[in-house]
Amino acid sequence: MKLEELRFGTELIKRGFASMQKGGVIMDVVNAEQAQLAEEAGAVAVMALERVPADIRAAGGVARMADPQKVVEIIDAVSIPVMGKARIGHFVEAQILEALGVDMVDESEVLTPADEQFHIDKAHFSVPFVCGARNLGEALRRINEGAAMIRTKGEAGTGNVVEAVRHMRAIMGGIRALKGMDGQELADRAREIEAPVELVIECANLGRLPVVNFSAGGIATPADAALMMQLGADGVFVGSGIFKSADPETTARAIVEAVNHYEDAKVIAEVSKGLGEAMKGLDVHLLREEEVLQTRGR
Amino acid sequence: MGVKVGVLALQGDVAEHIAAFREALADRPGSLVVPVRQARDLADLDALAIPGGESTTISRLIGKNGMYEPLAEFAGGVFATCAGMVLVADHLDDPRVRTLNLIPMHVARNAFGRQVDSREAFLDIAGLADPFRAFFIRAPVASEVGPGVEVLARIPEGIVAVKSGRHMAFAFHPELGGDLRLHRMFLEGLGL
Repeated sequence: MKLEELRFGTELIKRGFASMQKGGVIMDVVNAEQAQLAEEAGAVAVMALERVPADIRAAGGVARMADPQKVVEIIDAVSIPVMGKARIGHFVEAQILEALGVDMVDESEVLTPADEQFHIDKAHFSVPFVCGARNLGEALRRINEGAAMIRTKGEAGTGNVVEAVRHMRAIMGGIRALKGMDGQELADRAREIEAPVELVIECANLGRLPVVNFSAGGIATPADAALMMQLGADGVFVGSGIFKSADPETTARAIVEAVNHYEDAKVIAEVSKGLGEAMKGLDVHLLREEEVLQTRGR
Repeated sequence: MGVKVGVLALQGDVAEHIAAFREALADRPGSLVVPVRQARDLADLDALAIPGGESTTISRLIGKNGMYEPLAEFAGGVFATCAGMVLVADHLDDPRVRTLNLIPMHVARNAFGRQVDSREAFLDIAGLADPFRAFFIRAPVASEVGPGVEVLARIPEGIVAVKSGRHMAFAFHPELGGDLRLHRMFLEGLGL
């Protein structure tokens, strides 16, 4: 091996990391014990947090990156990748998470944004990033900034899948609509959705996003997870849905199996039996405007 | 005659493996590359790829889907990458993963550290004339191999490519990057 030709944090290394997560469930955890439970249940990664989104909602105030001590405690507890959330535009929180050794940074609307105009310039980091998106334009702007993975924003901490469905349909439908367009039409669409034309052309050719596309924001049951997979997600993030349920261990295992067998209703039915109460959930239509997280960062 | 290759499709970069084998077999009419989700999908396969992904997750799903014995007794050749290399080993100091014992070797998971230590490098591989662009992503390495296992590539951290009878295992990802020389070497080794 030619040591002088070693290259860290290249585009393919970052996107490749995201590819290895496909078909998996990434679970929000707030301590070492929950992280181990998630790993044993078959999670492909955990998101290290101080509070799950439902509790962030309840607490109010400014939501920031988790305490580094908490992040390290979780990193030390498991062998699977650990992700951490930085505020939108807060590149120093991202630098800290990278220095702590997190495997992926989520530039997340669940935290209070630090910059209302710019997202983090992600291409300059060695650590890969995942970003939320509500539609194709947002997804491609994040990819253009260097995101190695996209997830639907959904509406985090509600246990209500309706917004994740809306966003996944918008992204997948936005890509399907590109099919058959000629060069001028693609350029026109790129202007319309405020996305770089090269990325719009790439999506049209691939028939999908050029990076892995997960779903997040309101997934609470095995059926919700399978729904997002059938709508085209490469995998799912489950936030409050596991540790706010009556039986986190069984719920975690059931969601992993539902994602593995997302087209097999018999298996999903079997794993859904007797899970007890799912997280209570919120009607997103009753949220006040300032309580809506998905409109943060565009 | 066409060749039939399966890709273990429980979790990981399954689509990339399917695409790479389809391209490697593009000039072989009648060939088929299919996802393998349950034991019965293994019937009549000439070869099986075990993809990259999270070895803890794939191991758990192998058990859950009743595929441990059928995989350990698979009669064709196995092409294992990254998490796949962990799964085909016979020695692993980590009780979280149950290995298939297809290749006698000691493997360590995540031998490079965190994701920021993941890297790409040009690697000299026995049997290839020119270096191979190898992507190491939270990669494992083998520390020692049993008799009859041929070491194809080694880096300071350990052994990263091996051939053992009809099986091959790589710590990196030949399915990424579009270089299919290792796929062809594997298929030729099986006489396919």
